[in-house]
Amino acid sequence: MNPFVLVQPRSHAQAAKVMAAGGSYRLPVLKAGGIDVLDHLKEGLLSPDAVVNVRRLGAEGPAVTRLADGSIRIEAGATLAQLASDPILLADATVVAQSAGSAATPAIRNIASAAGNLLQRPRCWYYRHAQFECLKKGGSMCFAVDGENAHHAIFGPGPCHIVHPSNLAPALMVLDGQVHLTGSKRDRIAAADLFHMPDKGILSEHNLEQGEVITHLTLRPRPTSGFHAVKAKQSFDWPSALACVSLRVEEGVIREASVCAGAVAPVPWMLPRVGAALKGAKATDDAAIAAAAELAAEGAKPMRDNGYKVALLVASVRRATLRALGRETPSFREIRP
Amino acid sequence: MQSLGVSAAAASVAANAEATAKSGRAGGSDGDAPSVMGPNPIDLTLTVNGVKHAMKVEPCTTLLEALRLHAGLTGTKEICDRGSCGGCSVLIDGVLAVSCLMLAIDCAGASITTVEGLAKADGTLHPLQEAFIRHDALQCGYCTPGFLVAGAWLMASTPKPTLPQIQQAMAGNICRCGTYTNIFNAVLEATGQRPLIDGTIA
Repeated sequence: MNPFVLVQPRSHAQAAKVMAAGGSYRLPVLKAGGIDVLDHLKEGLLSPDAVVNVRRLGAEGPAVTRLADGSIRIEAGATLAQLASDPILLADATVVAQSAGSAATPAIRNIASAAGNLLQRPRCWYYRHAQFECLKKGGSMCFAVDGENAHHAIFGPGPCHIVHPSNLAPALMVLDGQVHLTGSKRDRIAAADLFHMPDKGILSEHNLEQGEVITHLTLRPRPTSGFHAVKAKQSFDWPSALACVSLRVEEGVIREASVCAGAVAPVPWMLPRVGAALKGAKATDDAAIAAAAELAAEGAKPMRDNGYKVALLVASVRRATLRALGRETPSFREIRP
Repeated sequence: MQSLGVSAAAASVAANAEATAKSGRAGGSDGDAPSVMGPNPIDLTLTVNGVKHAMKVEPCTTLLEALRLHAGLTGTKEICDRGSCGGCSVLIDGVLAVSCLMLAIDCAGASITTVEGLAKADGTLHPLQEAFIRHDALQCGYCTPGFLVAGAWLMASTPKPTLPQIQQAMAGNICRCGTYTNIFNAVLEATGQRPLIDGTIA
């Protein structure tokens, strides 16, 4: 790691001022848990002159609270471990608790923050390797096109074929999540507007401006929601495909459905056709749920080595839907002796 | 030089001229200016296994580097150095963490436990360490400190963990010799449960 100055702001607003363009530092980098920031520093992908440390800001209060309007508030610095075990989320925003609990490892979940999970950079091995000057680093080509692309996107026209790495982002998407900001004129941005495809800006994945800092997230409660991820190593790996599903069920019939996939496209990938197909299905109609899940594959254009992800995506959508309905099929852990 | 002490992390008062100037510019109207440290080494005291270790570290120093190079506690291993293997696992205020992805400065004021702190002061081993020996739960031994710390963390919160709970708690620890069965058996036995396969030496 290159030596840097560590700035300890006393509030998110103060952090935003330090981070703002034209401030005291040439390349300030915001750090909460620091999992991805330290990785970038060690790999030589980032050489900041200042690290602005927002870890512990807000840590004295509760990580998750219920607001008067019925929505749920998550602090930006809440750890994934806190989200995974939070009673409010487990009861009323199950998909968030499940997605947080599925990310990374116990030791990392104890450190990594909610906002950091949203804003972590892609895990593409060409992006992560300092010697590959890829499009994302200002280079002229995406090495995944003709290279090793088993873990890359099956959706999107390129020119960069990363998959968005966040577990939490698709969960927020299906709960109409809002990302609250300080340091700018706007006070929030919808989770659905937080990310952009590579053709809308290749050097970053998000639509935040320099100096905007996430303070907290809010979302709509939805007890009938569920998450499922398929990973090469199910206990700890980046998902090959994941799905988040949020349902409103009345008298045994699905009245509303919102479905979002992760790890298959450069952004959290909404699946409106699946949601529309689930609408009107009986909660016990496995054939209808399976048929709706098949629609997740529509428009997929796998690369040379990642066609397997299409089937994993369909399975993830089906299983996340069953999980949202409380009809989870036994996982590998539960069927072990 | 600045001081970042155990008793008061807030003692990180900007004391050098450059730091004061920068914090003054950045602070604006938000009351107290942010503190600024480094890039040169600063004074830091870490409490590790109940002992205070005073050191001078740059802000970019990881907790793992501080433990191994400055506190002389080399039980905690550096393997992948990217949070992927669990070899550097420690407890920070009783919570499992990978020390390679933590800045040492972020641990000021915390109580850190490393593998050296699992045994009692008189040398009596932690029940899990005893069970590791009985079950031959190591081959090359390099991942062992991380597994012991992760196992001790689990045992502190879950006196009788199920096998899936053990697997979950140790999901971030990799043993490339593949000794997992013996490790799981050691945890089961250390928590008064029957090992999966009765391979214990009588």
